[in-house]
Amino acid sequence: MPLRRKGIDWQSLIFTGATGLMTFSVVAMVALILGNIAWNGAAQMSLHFIIGGTKEGMFDTAQAGVFPMIFGTLALVVLMTLCVLPIGVITAIYLSEYARSTHAVTRVIRGAINNLAGVPSIVFGLFGLGFFVQFVGGGIDKIFCGGELTYGKPALIWAAATMAVLTLPVVIVATEEALRAVPQGLREGSMALGATKLETIRKVVLPQATPGIITGAILAVGRGAGEVAPIMFTGAAYYLAHLPAHLSDQFMNLGYHVFVLSTQSPDIERTKPILFGTVLVLLVLTFLLNSAGVIVRAKIRARARHAHG
Amino acid sequence: MDNPDPHKPIIEINRLNFWYGPKQALFDINMTIARNRTTAFIGPSGCGKSTLLRCFNRMNDLNDEQRIDGQIVMHGMDIRAPEVDVIELRKRVGMVFQKSNPFPKSIFENIAYGLRIQGRNKKSDLEERIETSLRRAALWEEVKDRLHESAMALSGGQQQRLCIARTIAVEPDVVLMDEPCSALDPTATAKIEELIQDLKRYYTIIIVTHNMQQATRCSEFTAFFYLGKLIEFDTTTKIFTNPANKQTEDYITGRFG
Repeated sequence: MPLRRKGIDWQSLIFTGATGLMTFSVVAMVALILGNIAWNGAAQMSLHFIIGGTKEGMFDTAQAGVFPMIFGTLALVVLMTLCVLPIGVITAIYLSEYARSTHAVTRVIRGAINNLAGVPSIVFGLFGLGFFVQFVGGGIDKIFCGGELTYGKPALIWAAATMAVLTLPVVIVATEEALRAVPQGLREGSMALGATKLETIRKVVLPQATPGIITGAILAVGRGAGEVAPIMFTGAAYYLAHLPAHLSDQFMNLGYHVFVLSTQSPDIERTKPILFGTVLVLLVLTFLLNSAGVIVRAKIRARARHAHG
Repeated sequence: MDNPDPHKPIIEINRLNFWYGPKQALFDINMTIARNRTTAFIGPSGCGKSTLLRCFNRMNDLNDEQRIDGQIVMHGMDIRAPEVDVIELRKRVGMVFQKSNPFPKSIFENIAYGLRIQGRNKKSDLEERIETSLRRAALWEEVKDRLHESAMALSGGQQQRLCIARTIAVEPDVVLMDEPCSALDPTATAKIEELIQDLKRYYTIIIVTHNMQQATRCSEFTAFFYLGKLIEFDTTTKIFTNPANKQTEDYITGRFG
């Protein structure tokens, strides 16, 4: 009877098992990390920890608060997004709509963007220190501030600018993908009605690409909220008595605070709950920022579907 | 090759050659297109008929690799001349594409689009033009109660008629149609063909089609292209009943293509 199967198919059984096991181990690792943070961080959670400052004692579990770090992280992320979105989106529009894709210059630009994505983040920190803080900031001081040290030192604005350079490739790539996904027929339809290229991009292409651009922003924010190395030399402070009030002020930051707690603490074991608490706050904050982005994107998509405008 | 009805030409094509990169797509095309008539371009895939069509509104400009040589005269002017305003040309020469391409906006805004970019934003003016265009495109009765709903919800045939309405809203002289029915079912196709019959009162229509019956039903003149050359150009009746050229005969009788 040729239709009869010959015993058990061990090969596919083993393969199915192996792939399943690997997938499970990845999920398990993520669960382990998140569970560990949530478990250890929950002990530290209190209203005072979230809205309190550090004045009372940064390394005292009963008195520590992370509000200045939450504020600094949010300020950094918002400024970074404001810097990176226009530059990234305009670059992507150039690459996707104007540049000839086969041209040597275009290839060089693309290569540069890909390389930018692969640069270690500490290098961005050093670049930010040399370029933004010393060159740009120092230059502003020399020309506008009469040589008085105002912008020529680590500051919120320079940390945001450095972070913007770091996240630029993410935004460019996501936007380019979104632009490429807009059907060529829509562009032709618009041009055939006598629209200029600019009108076509503004009225047809960009509205279609907006959800994709927001995806880019979400990815950038996720990256920017957690990075420490680029802001170490460019604006993050170990301790500040006041919240930053000006773009040229330094700021405290959740990620940097984690670094501080784990390297500068007088007693690592005793301050561990603060460390876990800070990490938990950082995770929740990143999650909330991403959720906000996802909700905005869903709203825009829904509106595009029932287009009234 | 002369136009069989030379009295009212709207477009004259003189010695037109066209290249995509190193590949020549059109060879020495000479023809005149009659005003307020429908001219059909037929021929097997890759014969250059769509390329020629896209020369009339300079849609080929979007392709970086293109090179063109010769004259296309409209309103006494070579439309390829550097002083020609391409934007103005595209308002005069509208285009309906093979795949319907309504904007992901409301039905109203789809038709308003071309008017708005001309700076015509007055609501009463827009409403009037939109109704006229939709009526001419035989779509008004079907959509008049949902003008502000998304155009994407329309059926394929309705979408294509919306694209026609959008094209004629800006009052072009010429409407180019690049296989406008190839993605539609027979019922929707019949509606568009009926529409073409109506529209030629107002516009000159040039239609590229793979469908011989469509050419015979819709057009007064037919041009047969093969391998980038204009093989035969005559009245549709003559082409389909008594073609002068053997290749034309072979093609229309279905021996190749």
